Amino acid sequence: MSSAARGAGAGGVLAAFLRWREASIILVGVLLTLYFQAANDNFLSSDNLQTLSQFIAASAIIACGEIMLLICGEIDLSAGHVFALSPFLMHFANAAGAPIVPSLLLALVAAAGIGLVNGLITVKLKVPSFVTTLGTLYLLNGFTLTVSHGSPVDTGGSPGFANIMGASGYAEISWAFAIVLVMHFVLRQTRWGLHTIAAGGNLIGAAEAGIDVGRIKIGNFMLTSVLAGFTGIIEAFRIGSTDPLAGGTPIMFLAVAAGVIGGTPLAGGSGTILGGLVGAIVLGVLRDGFTLQGINAFTFDMILGGAILVAMISNIHLGRFGRGRAS
Amino acid sequence: MTTLLRATDITRQFGSVTALDGVSLHLEPGEILGILGDNGAGKSTLMKILTGYQPPSSGQIWIDGAEVALRSVDHARSLGIECVYQDLALVNGLSVTHNLFLNREILRGFPPFMLDNPAMRRRAREILDDIGVNIPSVDLEVERLSGGQRQAIAVARAVGSAARILLLDEPLAAMGARESALIIDLIQRLKGRGDMAIIMIMHNYAQTLEIADRIMLMQHGTVTYEGRAAETSVSELMEIVRRGYRAARSA
Ligand SMILES: Nc1ncnc2c1ncn2[C@@H]1O[C@H](COP(=O)(O)OP(=O)(O)OP(=O)(O)O)[C@@H](O)[C@H]1O
Ligand SMILES: [Mg+2]
Repeated sequence: MSSAARGAGAGGVLAAFLRWREASIILVGVLLTLYFQAANDNFLSSDNLQTLSQFIAASAIIACGEIMLLICGEIDLSAGHVFALSPFLMHFANAAGAPIVPSLLLALVAAAGIGLVNGLITVKLKVPSFVTTLGTLYLLNGFTLTVSHGSPVDTGGSPGFANIMGASGYAEISWAFAIVLVMHFVLRQTRWGLHTIAAGGNLIGAAEAGIDVGRIKIGNFMLTSVLAGFTGIIEAFRIGSTDPLAGGTPIMFLAVAAGVIGGTPLAGGSGTILGGLVGAIVLGVLRDGFTLQGINAFTFDMILGGAILVAMISNIHLGRFGRGRAS
Repeated sequence: MTTLLRATDITRQFGSVTALDGVSLHLEPGEILGILGDNGAGKSTLMKILTGYQPPSSGQIWIDGAEVALRSVDHARSLGIECVYQDLALVNGLSVTHNLFLNREILRGFPPFMLDNPAMRRRAREILDDIGVNIPSVDLEVERLSGGQRQAIAVARAVGSAARILLLDEPLAAMGARESALIIDLIQRLKGRGDMAIIMIMHNYAQTLEIADRIMLMQHGTVTYEGRAAETSVSELMEIVRRGYRAARSA
């Protein structure tokens, strides 16, 4: 360990904290929370915390997938539309007579299939994922609107099941935390995570070492689709109705933004799942805080844009001092 | 003793480019074969075929007297072939340890897919100490190492394995005198083990004649000279290279 960590006192602790990759963005989150609480007593009320947690959960879960893809050098623009389609697939299976749990699993398998298609087109046919998933984005959007006739349906399922899946206050954020923890473990402690980093860091080198980089990429496309589909389903349970216009590009970009603000560069080869969660929290705090203050969505978008730019600039330039690893 | 590795009539086309045009070689146990040749002669391509990274367009490969079709890097590795590529194949953002164990990680027994980082770190330290490579910490990301240190890590990766056939594509490129000496010493110690055979691609003729037992010269995808190092001189090789160059120009 460094001398800073050994040197006792606040200075040493602060220095150690700042070497931690996610530190600066956590600091921003804490400052924003203090600011919004000072501006409005209701910010930390339990009602609002619940709303806030729901803002955060969806983008945090999808961010886990997008971060894995960004690390191995890819992106999935269609995730928000898998989000919209999956609860419909569950609904149709359920309406056709399948019980709710198999219906849900069926929808997730279909989501995995979409990820497989994204992955195969990108890896085998060598179409850049930005273009592949732009194509599937439109395909899925048109498909969902067609099969749903453009109108929402009831989500279904027993109230007890709906509560577990997302309807009760903190169900969604609990799912999000659980998934983030598992994905953090997968990235930092498993072969899959290591090979994902290797594929993004040095594609040819990883292949020369014998890693099947195509399999890694396709697997991460499937993972992202399943996570996005699952998120669409728990959102449908929370709201109680399944809307063909839910999710879409806004939730996908929010998830990518959470990853990027949290410290995952678009260039691939490195990234952090915990940072993605923190990024999602900061974006949720910003949006919810401004909503409470009566600032509208247009302003939020401007602030979001600024936040992405500031995060990227500081990532690139501040990242040079003390790049310690969180692992 | 059976020939460890034999390749006959290997060809490789890249579209209209013929990178290899009927190359044959053999490698005996405990021997160092040095391959020399111009840029673009096909040396790295030959190497990549022998490691299973690329298939040949035609030709046969035998290991221990049995013909094999190398399906993948993993397949070649399971037959005891290990390689240090010219581009080193290191992943910059990963630590020295993770690079050393890339794609042959030590896993915990339970859960079965979990990395055993402490064990890999310990083993990495041992391997590096054993071969005398001076790296301050095995947790450093390799992008922070010098060119020579990176090269040493790439060699150590191959050496730390159970390889019997070691392929080195320009192992001394970008090395200072001290690091070169270190790698040469390492190669000679590996040779001393007796069970290992090494092919090394080199650019420095005099150095190669000193280290290798046998020399092959490649030009435009073919072998234009082969002989024992002790019976070969630099001037002789230079003459062949010059002749090839003049022939290419007048063609
Ligand atoms: N993947 C590829 N696609 C197309 N052409 C290739 C490919 N790999 C190698 N070549 C061509 O094959 C020929 C031999 O290349 P190779 O890398 O084997 O040369 P080399 O002898 O290793 O040269 P150097 O000393 O510069 O490393 C070159 O003309 C090169 O352009
Ligand atoms: Mg070469």
